[in-house]
Amino acid sequence: MDVLDIARWQFGITTVYHFMMVPLTIGLGILLVVMHTMWVRTDNPEWLRMTRFWGKIFLINFVLGVATGLVQEFQFGLAWSEYSRFVGDVFGSLLALEALLAFFLESTFLGLWIFGWGRIPKKLHLATLWAAVIGSVVSAYFIIAANSWMQHPVGVVADDATGRPVQVDFVAVLTNNTALAAFTHTIVAALMVAGALLVGVGLYHLRRRKLAGKPADEIDHGVWRRSVRIGGWVSLAAFVLVAATGDWQAKLMYHQQPLKMSSAEALCDTEAPASFSIFAWNKLGSNECDDVHSITVPGLLSFLAHGDFTSEVPGVNELQERYSEVYGATYPDDPSRFGDLAGEPVDYQPVLAVTYWSFRLMIGMGAVSAGVAAYALWSTRRGRVPTSRIGVYGSLAAVGAPFVANASGWIFTEMGRQPFVVVPNPDVPVDEQIWFFTAQAVSPGVSAAEVWTSLGALTLVYGVLAVIELGLITRFIRSGITAGDTSTTPPIGTGGDDDRREGPVGDAGGAGRGRRADDDVLQFAY
Amino acid sequence: MDLQTLWFAAVAVLWIGFLLLEGFDFGVAALLPVLGRRTADRHLMLRSIGPLWDGNEVWLITAAGAVFAAFPGWYATWLPALYLPFVFVLFGLIIRAVAFEWRHQSHDPRWDGTWTHVITVGSLIAALGVGAALGTTTLGLPIDGDGIRVGGSFAGVGWAALLGAVAVLAFSVVHGALFLALKTDGDVRLRARALALRWSPVAALPLLAWAGWVHLRAGTPLTGALWVVAALAVLVTWARIRVDREGQAFAGWAVLLVSSAATIFGAAYPVVVPSTIDPAFDVTIADASVSDYTLTVMTWAAGVGLPIVLAYQAWTYWVFRQRLTAEPQHEHAPGAGRAPAPGEVPA
Ligand code: HDD
Ligand code: HEM
Ligand code: HEM
Repeated sequence: MDVLDIARWQFGITTVYHFMMVPLTIGLGILLVVMHTMWVRTDNPEWLRMTRFWGKIFLINFVLGVATGLVQEFQFGLAWSEYSRFVGDVFGSLLALEALLAFFLESTFLGLWIFGWGRIPKKLHLATLWAAVIGSVVSAYFIIAANSWMQHPVGVVADDATGRPVQVDFVAVLTNNTALAAFTHTIVAALMVAGALLVGVGLYHLRRRKLAGKPADEIDHGVWRRSVRIGGWVSLAAFVLVAATGDWQAKLMYHQQPLKMSSAEALCDTEAPASFSIFAWNKLGSNECDDVHSITVPGLLSFLAHGDFTSEVPGVNELQERYSEVYGATYPDDPSRFGDLAGEPVDYQPVLAVTYWSFRLMIGMGAVSAGVAAYALWSTRRGRVPTSRIGVYGSLAAVGAPFVANASGWIFTEMGRQPFVVVPNPDVPVDEQIWFFTAQAVSPGVSAAEVWTSLGALTLVYGVLAVIELGLITRFIRSGITAGDTSTTPPIGTGGDDDRREGPVGDAGGAGRGRRADDDVLQFAY
Repeated sequence: MDLQTLWFAAVAVLWIGFLLLEGFDFGVAALLPVLGRRTADRHLMLRSIGPLWDGNEVWLITAAGAVFAAFPGWYATWLPALYLPFVFVLFGLIIRAVAFEWRHQSHDPRWDGTWTHVITVGSLIAALGVGAALGTTTLGLPIDGDGIRVGGSFAGVGWAALLGAVAVLAFSVVHGALFLALKTDGDVRLRARALALRWSPVAALPLLAWAGWVHLRAGTPLTGALWVVAALAVLVTWARIRVDREGQAFAGWAVLLVSSAATIFGAAYPVVVPSTIDPAFDVTIADASVSDYTLTVMTWAAGVGLPIVLAYQAWTYWVFRQRLTAEPQHEHAPGAGRAPAPGEVPA
């Protein structure tokens, strides 16, 4: 593999990995704000325990989001320096604003929230969580605005000398319709992740308690039950919204990146009315569009694209030709900028199998999640507790479904825009359009051995971290609410720096027995 | 002042902010095996930076982001030229970040010890690596006319990198010790103070050497004056630790950093990546910068955003201002009553 391919694998792996933590941070953060606010308003201990339990999972996950996000911040320069030079006028400022306006908010106030229990007034303490979670939503907005600009570059003109985009309208970049659609879609998709987690874990504990014969009037029962009900309703509502915002995105995409959508539908030839493919087979893997058979719903694709059941939707074959005419049938013959691909024909069609199946996986896994949510709501109706092994463990396993859906969504979006890294904007006259091929984006001075080294090292580290994180979260979920947390009020006044339960702190530091000296402050938040 | 100069200054301020704040996190972590004789002491040391390190680390992200945003040519030359060294820094930052949080999750003492070591190692890597990177961007990288590195993966790691690395680490260690002297009580405080007293004059040397080198290459009378301020700050720091004025010593050490960094950036201006191959290949702010329109937008955003950030970060330091101790301490249990004001704490 040459530098380009390795660098693409590296970007894909690290970003998809980062996006395993991100939706949980965003989705669970929003629900956590609700729980903590309810506790402050009602003083009901159930809400407090929910805040504690889910808050701890939130924090275990959050730190891995930070650690992997750091890599993201530097990657554009490390492996994609030509890309960074090209898009610098627009892209860099969005990244910097994300750090300045969002990451500071997130990390500073989360530190205050974690260590602030009992130390700052209750309402102010609640406000710190609000600030942190608002920070994560704002961060999502800026980074998605950056990403959406690559999908649909607005607010820029081409520089006469260098051909690079020069920003002329920052507001247009921020209000890019692609960004608004993708942002709302991503936020509700993040809520599906959080909802599924509440449902899966809640059902697991409800069932375990019931089988162990624990009474239903205990506070813990209420906590799990409420988690399931909230998670279920959030999942269902978020699925409806995900479909609505996804439809919005699809309509934009037909216009802005028609090849991506036709590939996602394996629609080879232009059709009117166009039908929606449900399942396709034959030769798909070969990336040959012709001779694909699929089971279709007539007219549905026209509806997704244009809102009626009859319009024409252009097929892959026709679009390929159109692109070749406008953007060139071959890459420019300039090895210093295009490497091995200089002078080679451009394949404007993204990998069919990937776009087709990632699109279906995204929707399918979302539907699975919604189904599980419906099951959970139904099986816990009017105080019931499901004991079905399949139902409960199935729901627990289905916690993974929205994660897969999220990753698939991104893989679809990102791989579907190939071979461009910055896709030309069709609303601009062709001679003023700006586009950039992925092949010319990679750092020219970096060797394949270097990128292999970083890819190998990062994959290895990420793998180890994944094992530890999953281990920690699983262990914590198993131990349930009462682990290390028997009081229903926060340890106000003991959120301190000393340990009263330990005796003299010797060299063993009390570590030999149960809790450590500084756990008092942390046991609550962590 | 034109916008490019303004943003060069802004980027310098962000790097200084990063070194000033994350510097003591690095230092405290580096000192864990030195000052933390008992487990309880190590926990105390970690607690002193627990609520602060993540917010401090964002200064690094913002500094890197500002380099990208204002000077993509700098970002796109500097990072690939030091590809593997930067990946190594990222590795250090990753293991350090997870160790901070996961340490609390494992109640097994063996794991606790392991995570503590990981924090130390990760912080050492990060401090050395960031120092090396800053050293090269002010003293030179082997880049050609296209800004592409000439030579192998470690061609950029020369004397400049070494000096920067040692300077940042040595500064951080004493900075961390002074922070501990200021923030803790008991044994750790005394040992930290003794360490700072003994080592501060030595630890300042690499930083002063680096600043002096950049000044001699391209300095102005102003940067010369700043260098003298930095050197005097070391004396002040030392004299203040001797009389146990920890707050003033900490401030003196901060002045050392601010003045030396101002010397370095001031003398390097307007070059952002000097070439060791041919001065004609130097990347300057004019080559590297984005359009004035974009700089204007960012000036507005930073003008509004940065003061707000400074305000709430300052508030965080205020909330966590009280001294910490490893021993049981009932009277002043934080949160039970009011926290002791700094003046009430026995000096
Ligand atoms: C939809 C949302 C989203 C997307 C697409 C990305 N991120 Fe992210 N990122 C977040 C949402 C987020 C977050 C929710 O704000 C995180 C996750 C966990 C966290 O700590 O904050 C975060 C953390 C995070 C951090 C650490 C922040 C800190 O220290 O507090 C950095 C530097 C980045 N990200 C950078 C990036 C870059 C350069 C991306 C583009 C490839 C990217 N992220 C994709
Ligand atoms: C929102 C911020 C994002 C930005 C700015 C961004 C930018 C990029 C860039 C520059 C590349 C490399 C060039 C290329 O191969 O096309 C890339 C590739 C890729 N990204 Fe993203 N990305 C973002 C988010 C994501 C997320 C969240 C995911 C997944 C969870 C993702 C998945 C991928 C994948 C799989 C590739 C490799 C595609 C390929 O090379 O075929 N991206 N992206
Ligand atoms: C139910 C119907 C859904 C539809 C019609 C839909 C539609 C879309 C479309 C068209 C895109 C590509 C946007 C582009 O490339 O410009 C997309 C991306 C994405 N989808 Fe979906 N989606 C659906 C469900 C889901 C679900 C259930 C999830 C996750 C729980 C999800 C998560 C994502 C993510 C993370 C992206 C990438 C980011 C973005 O562009 O917003 N989607 N979706």
